Amino acid sequence: MKASNKKARYSAKTVKRLMNYIVLHNKGIFFISFISILISTVADVAGSIFTQLIVDDYIAPLLTEANPVFTGLLKMIAAMASIYLIGVLCTLVYSKLMVLVSQRSLKSIRDDMFNKMQSLPIRYFDSNPRGDIMSHYTNDTDTLRQFISQALPQVFASAITIVASFCIMLYYSRILSVVVVVVTVIILIVTAKISGGSTRNFIRQQTALATVDGYIEEMFNGQKVVKVFCHERQAEQGFDALNEKLFDHSRRANRYANILMPILNQIGNIQYVLLALIGGALAVGGVGGITAGVVVAFLTLSKSFSMPFQQISQQVSMISMAFAGAERIFALIDEPPETDDGYVTLVNAREDEEGKLVECSERTGIYAWKHPHGDGTLTYTRLAGDIRMVDVDFGYTPEKIVLKGVSVYAEPGQKVAFVGATGAGKTTITNLINRFYDIADGKIRYDGININKIKKADLRRSLGMVLQDTYLFTGTVMENIRYGRTDATDEECIAAAKLANADDFIRRLPDGYNTMLTGAGAGLSQGQRQLIAIARAAVANPPAMILDEATSLIDTRTEKLVQQGMDKLMAGRTTFVIAHRLSTIRNSDVIMVLDHGRIVERGNHESLIAKKGMYYSLYTGAFELE
Amino acid sequence: MTSKLLKSVRQYKSASLITIFAVAVEVIMETIVPFLMYGIIDDGIYGGDTQRLITLGIYMLACVVVALIAGAAAGWFSADASCGFAANLRKDLHYSVQKFSFADIDRFSTAGLVTRLTTDVTNVQNAYMMTIRMAVRAPLTLIFSLIMAFVASWKLALIFLVAVPVLWCGLYLIIRFSHPIFEQVFHIYDALNGVVQENVSGIRVVKSFVREEDEKRKFGKVSDSLYKKFSKAEGLVAFNQPLMRLVIYVCLVIVFWLGARLIVLSGNTELTTGKLTTLISYAMGILTSLMQLSMVLVMITIARSSGERIVEVPDVRPSLASPEDGATAIKDGSIDFEGVDFGYFGSEGAKALSGINLHIPSGATVGIIGGTGSGKTSLVNLIPRLYDATSGSVKVGGRDVREYDLTSLRDGVAVVLQKNELFSGTIAENLRWGNLNATDEQLVEACRLAQADEFVSSFPDKYETHIEQGGTNVSGGQKQRLCIARALLKSPSVLILDDSTSAVDTRTDALIRKAFREYLPDTTKIIIAQRISSVEDADMIVVMDGGKIDGVGTHDQLLKANRIYREVYESQQKGGDEDESKQ
Repeated sequence: MKASNKKARYSAKTVKRLMNYIVLHNKGIFFISFISILISTVADVAGSIFTQLIVDDYIAPLLTEANPVFTGLLKMIAAMASIYLIGVLCTLVYSKLMVLVSQRSLKSIRDDMFNKMQSLPIRYFDSNPRGDIMSHYTNDTDTLRQFISQALPQVFASAITIVASFCIMLYYSRILSVVVVVVTVIILIVTAKISGGSTRNFIRQQTALATVDGYIEEMFNGQKVVKVFCHERQAEQGFDALNEKLFDHSRRANRYANILMPILNQIGNIQYVLLALIGGALAVGGVGGITAGVVVAFLTLSKSFSMPFQQISQQVSMISMAFAGAERIFALIDEPPETDDGYVTLVNAREDEEGKLVECSERTGIYAWKHPHGDGTLTYTRLAGDIRMVDVDFGYTPEKIVLKGVSVYAEPGQKVAFVGATGAGKTTITNLINRFYDIADGKIRYDGININKIKKADLRRSLGMVLQDTYLFTGTVMENIRYGRTDATDEECIAAAKLANADDFIRRLPDGYNTMLTGAGAGLSQGQRQLIAIARAAVANPPAMILDEATSLIDTRTEKLVQQGMDKLMAGRTTFVIAHRLSTIRNSDVIMVLDHGRIVERGNHESLIAKKGMYYSLYTGAFELE
Repeated sequence: MTSKLLKSVRQYKSASLITIFAVAVEVIMETIVPFLMYGIIDDGIYGGDTQRLITLGIYMLACVVVALIAGAAAGWFSADASCGFAANLRKDLHYSVQKFSFADIDRFSTAGLVTRLTTDVTNVQNAYMMTIRMAVRAPLTLIFSLIMAFVASWKLALIFLVAVPVLWCGLYLIIRFSHPIFEQVFHIYDALNGVVQENVSGIRVVKSFVREEDEKRKFGKVSDSLYKKFSKAEGLVAFNQPLMRLVIYVCLVIVFWLGARLIVLSGNTELTTGKLTTLISYAMGILTSLMQLSMVLVMITIARSSGERIVEVPDVRPSLASPEDGATAIKDGSIDFEGVDFGYFGSEGAKALSGINLHIPSGATVGIIGGTGSGKTSLVNLIPRLYDATSGSVKVGGRDVREYDLTSLRDGVAVVLQKNELFSGTIAENLRWGNLNATDEQLVEACRLAQADEFVSSFPDKYETHIEQGGTNVSGGQKQRLCIARALLKSPSVLILDDSTSAVDTRTDALIRKAFREYLPDTTKIIIAQRISSVEDADMIVVMDGGKIDGVGTHDQLLKANRIYREVYESQQKGGDEDESKQ
């Protein structure tokens, strides 16, 4: 659930690809900023050379002169100031540019991710938990942001600093350089040791946190039950035990993490003292050409040299987290999209004098399937809503067949109902008709056309849907109804709401049709949400409908209202109904009783009752539908 | 807010103080090191005094070792202090939630509470750790370095008196102007996540209405404004680094120029080369500490909103408290509603119940029928005092519910809620929520009455069968029956079933009611149901409509006299009524 909880795994390919994202979208900017980083870093390190020069070449000789002349020193200082100025300007340039680089890359990653997500098949959403998908946009992108805007320039600058300062150190004194190298090795070893312990405990902390998370989520969800059973004390005891464990692990993890920096700092200081001592002794002894200025410069240089190691070590975990996040993001972007080889499209049409269908651009209320054939001819078939499934087999995974040999015939205007226990395959059938999933074997034809030949968008536009999970979007009630058809006028939307029996309650909302809905329509009752969903489908006015009735949470009287709305919506349309209350499907033309993916009974209400089979026992309530 | 949060530090106060003390020691030792340095350079190197060189070296090493110990101690204790503080915060939050009344539970979403206990507490924990370390370290370094710089050479140190305010002003302005933009950024972030979430949850709707392109546009718009605002905010923050460098470099250049002149002109007396080096060290220390200080400020502002959300929770005064010395014995299962009004938002808000007068004799079986929002659940929730009536009085056993000790009342009045929850654990553990000391026989007995024993016994592990979180591994009907058994184990005087058999088939439903009738004659049974068949044999049936009692009577009486009842009955007669509950 949490990014840090996942193992930080990534491949070199991911790193390369991420760099492509960062570099390719901003080639020029990226180049300029890296040059700027280079210059500013070198300028910074170069400062220490000036220190040495000023001390040894100006201060020391000037001290011996009776009338010191400062023009030379002034020139030196001016040179130093101008180099520093260039450094500051370059810092300004790259700081500003890196913001652009990181924000641009993030934007294109986000947009690519979302655009890709929209093209993914339903299967992706069914097989990945929502939280996981969300975390690509939140946790994973966040770590990337930190990586690009902070870690990346810092690592680069650190590397340059290390190389540059080491070169200068070698130039000044090999002996003192050895001291610095030895101390640096010690720093690296200590860092590895301590951060190893820290990482181990941070992983434990994350696990403990996840346990606490799970516990409180379950308990808070059932908080009312806890209250009703006066179980507060037990809930607290359970929590305290887990909380204690979390405390213990996080304390250990943080102890390790916290002592690292002070220890590294002081090792750095020890190095400082050692350099002063050894350098001082050498200078006094006049060994190796070491002067006071060299010692002074070395003191600064050694800090510039060891500081980057500390900085990089602090960034390591963040960098690996960012790469792991990138790996997950790219996995999403690489998901194969929903394929669509359909070439039959849905067009507006009108009848010419001879009653033949002709394509036209304006809305006529008549639609036709435009079917181009291999020989270059075009045929138009009137959209009627005749849907047939023949011997359909399907499984969500190849190993487990959910539907077996299902055949359903729905003539235009007919109402076909599916009945059966949870998991019998009712929803699966509707998933196949609008091609949320593709069948494994068999045929599905819409107005005589194989649905695989129809463009998915047009197929779905010709099928209305009222789903069990009536999902409403943030926006006004009007906007939610208009979701069914973008170009619907206000009047059409209101007419649809009236048809759906929703007009009454919508007018009673604080702002009527302009009431804002948030949180998937949290302020409305289940029944009201359903009514809006019906209106939404009504505004689309498709010839065929799929209704997955979720009425188990609606009482029978409200359901009546919903039912009336549904009945009006169904009038004159081919409708597939998944029934949760058998009372609502008595008047269906055909009722299919499904059991374990097979149609076990079919017929109308009277014939099925007379048969005294499974439908009969469901109907009389002798059967628990579960 | 801060003082409220800090109350949770409690036993970790000493660790916090030790941290602050240790940080102070570390800082002092660190600032002494450069001060000793000039002796090494001046006397040691230039003066050629090896003895002094070694002495000073040893002093410096001693300082560093003390600083190392103090620094490590500060890190160590700050971990204890901040993690302990966080643990206490979580504990306090959890405790507050346990004190919640039903009305309070409705106010907070589960996700919101979980975020407060996890993410928000972590933010506060980090801010606290930063505060007791960095927020102490940075100003101390600043002050000590300044003092030492003045001691070394007060003339040159005057530069810092100019540089510090300049840098501070610059950093302050950056924070001041970027902070409001960052606030906007977070809002846009929320909006962006909102769009994604809607699309992930509602993808079937998006796809079936072929609205992918519109959603892409919607997202593109939000993503674009996020890009612009974020770039603007970070663009301001990007001034941090160059500003910092500019000030440091200007200081260095001036120190070098004036310093070199001073050394030469005073003949290495008023200022020496060693002192110059020391001053440069302090310049770095002073300016970096300012940078750290500004970072701390940013961290604290980020944590502030988390802190605010945390204190919201303990701010909830339990709207419902158990009286002191409340009655613990419930005489019998009789229930009276006397002129009861009730609204979820107190007396001003919309009323969920109004003018309720009802007498239920002890041991009766009462059915309640009515549409969604008619007030059925509100009515029964007042009996175990899950909510308090806005006006009027609810009595159990002839006594106002507000006079009872809350635990005793709720043990005496068992409710099987509409939203049933089983918890992860074995079936037996779940059942014992009703009675911690129940024997195995009692468990079996309760399950027999609730018609659950049969299926429980068919599981391989029987009563030791593990229930998954949310009870997902039993069917809806089985879950409901286990919840009923759990309530029965309380041996309550009043048993309330709030639509608790909706997923149970009609035959089993009838068996449960039959068992109640035979084995629980003295318990008052209140059954809310959608199905007429679940209530038709009750002693009395209450028909609710729009928060009022529309009619009371037996099945036959209501069928004759009550329009709503008749309508419901007829709608179920002609259609048959079996619903498939997918919980």
